[in-house]
Amino acid sequence: MNRIQKLLQEKKKIFSAYYTAGHPQLEDTLPILEALQEAGTDLVEVGMPFSDPLADGPTIQKSSEEALENGMSIKKLFEQIKEMRKTIDMPIVLMGYFNPVFKYGVEAFVAKCKEVGVDGVILPDLPFDEYKDKYQQLFEDANISNIFLITPQTPDERIKLIDANSNGFIYMVSSAAVTGAKSGLSDQQLTYFNRVNNLGLKTPRIIGFGISNKETFTTACQYASGAIVGSAFVKLLAEKGADKTAINDFVKSIKDTSE
Amino acid sequence: MSDKSKYQVDENGMYGRFGGAFIPEMLQPNIDNLKKVYLDIINSEAFQKEYKSLLKDYVGRPSPLYLAKRLSAKYNTNVYLKREDLNHTGAHKVNNTIGQILIAKHMGKERIIAETGAGQHGVATATACALMGLKCVVYMGEVDIKRQAPNVARMKMLGAEVKAAKSGSKTLKDATNEALRDWICNPEDTFYLIGSVVGPHPYPDMVARLQAIISEEIAWQIKEQTDKEYPDYVIACVGGGSNAAGSFYHFLDDERVKLIAVEASGMGVDSGETAATIAMGDLGVIHGSKTYLMQSDDGQITEPYSISAGLDYPGIGPIHAHLHDTKRASIISATDQEALDSALELTQLEGIIPALESSHALAALGKMKFKPDDAVVITISGRGDKDMETYMNRFGF
Repeated sequence: MNRIQKLLQEKKKIFSAYYTAGHPQLEDTLPILEALQEAGTDLVEVGMPFSDPLADGPTIQKSSEEALENGMSIKKLFEQIKEMRKTIDMPIVLMGYFNPVFKYGVEAFVAKCKEVGVDGVILPDLPFDEYKDKYQQLFEDANISNIFLITPQTPDERIKLIDANSNGFIYMVSSAAVTGAKSGLSDQQLTYFNRVNNLGLKTPRIIGFGISNKETFTTACQYASGAIVGSAFVKLLAEKGADKTAINDFVKSIKDTSE
Repeated sequence: MSDKSKYQVDENGMYGRFGGAFIPEMLQPNIDNLKKVYLDIINSEAFQKEYKSLLKDYVGRPSPLYLAKRLSAKYNTNVYLKREDLNHTGAHKVNNTIGQILIAKHMGKERIIAETGAGQHGVATATACALMGLKCVVYMGEVDIKRQAPNVARMKMLGAEVKAAKSGSKTLKDATNEALRDWICNPEDTFYLIGSVVGPHPYPDMVARLQAIISEEIAWQIKEQTDKEYPDYVIACVGGGSNAAGSFYHFLDDERVKLIAVEASGMGVDSGETAATIAMGDLGVIHGSKTYLMQSDDGQITEPYSISAGLDYPGIGPIHAHLHDTKRASIISATDQEALDSALELTQLEGIIPALESSHALAALGKMKFKPDDAVVITISGRGDKDMETYMNRFGF
């Protein structure tokens, strides 16, 4: 069992944060991770910046551009987090687009993830069939969870197929949108969460997109194992820098501490 | 032609090891839906009737195949120009936009989005939307909007909304990203009208089929005008590669016909200022398709350079990557200067001012050896009106 599976078995109302590696400053990657853990974050998605992030809105686009200008790369990221397991206990997921990983070499990438203690990977533009044909065995042998996305438009049959081939969590995209485009959760979205919950899936879901504050986080947690805050956190980092107190306040302002 | 051709897309959307649909789940239903219906629509009698009739009466097809006598004399061979520059809107782009707009209509879509670089595809899309009374949004890089003011005005006059892509390098690839983001956010009512044989399957195949009219006409025109059964060479320029795909399509399985695609090498293949994807790129994924692309060692997509705005795409259609891999086509390249020289040569020998893109195809004449009895077809993909400013600056007119 990897750290993701363990966490999801033990906990509900999982608070997860996304940020882009190498932003706002190149060497902020590890300090942000440590600050998030100290503030009580349960799971972190570290973004691997890409020149053409087509599923992202302006906030994460900008952070990616700046991170690349700062000199961030997958190689650099692995250097930065090579000793993270000395201080970090949370499950860590790397999230990014397929091309840089493909260029790095998928096998080498998975091996490096295992070596430094990464638990999962989200590659939104790696198609399900391609993963299954070429990479599933590789990921499973390394005990790295490959996380799939589902959206309100994903047909039930496909959701079931994704569920059967998942072993970490399913990233439930809350609406037809890019990241950071919408805030708040509508009745229509809640209907979609209910529909998915009634499918009897084996894999827990974590909701992302449109989660920016305590209200949306708390609502999302009623329909899934937890929720991911991305653009709102990236925006905070862009404004305040990798400031420990600011990160602590941000996490505490959203995280649901009631039992 | 059989759909089982080894040069055509297979049932998984692949051309050999290229193509596919590397898209986020948000786009999956749209792509699946399009994949399900596009062949039935294209092959339906109703579509074919309307498409062919618009190509004839609205676009002005068939476009002439013209024996360029003075150019032929200079190169001691027989050069036939396929005159896509004479189409309505001045380029081959309209063959595709008319076809896709009919597909969008059949699918009940009400809103059309498109990406454009220099603005040619944007204009052709806005034209088709005006013709059909559909809402049109064109994404264009902020940098390109400034460089291509006349085309921006044309699109606006045609009723399109032109939205600036402000991310990344603010050019074609970023406009494409913006259009894809729009489609993610508007999955129900919107149709994404892609301008080249790029993007996720089924786009490369769909666009190739809609541009195939070019080679369909070349095939009968060459028989009509010569005593040959087929041309010896078909030459076209390639950026994304839609006019090349259309020019090659019906000859893919006839290996007697030599296919030549000409990339833009800008200041030279090794100059660092180039758009020669096959020469300089390597395997990767761009805009949902696995193909050759120009990228850094870290897998970041780099900005290409060419004097021709229509050829400076960092990727290349998967069909061309496959034609290169299988050696079915020869991919060569021409520099800015070679293209400019060819443009001036055609203009002064034949009285035809070609687009800078097409001038790259013409540059092949000076790079290859042809026999006196060869029939060499070169596709003039567009006319040069849009490039007059560049010609004025470079030639000092």
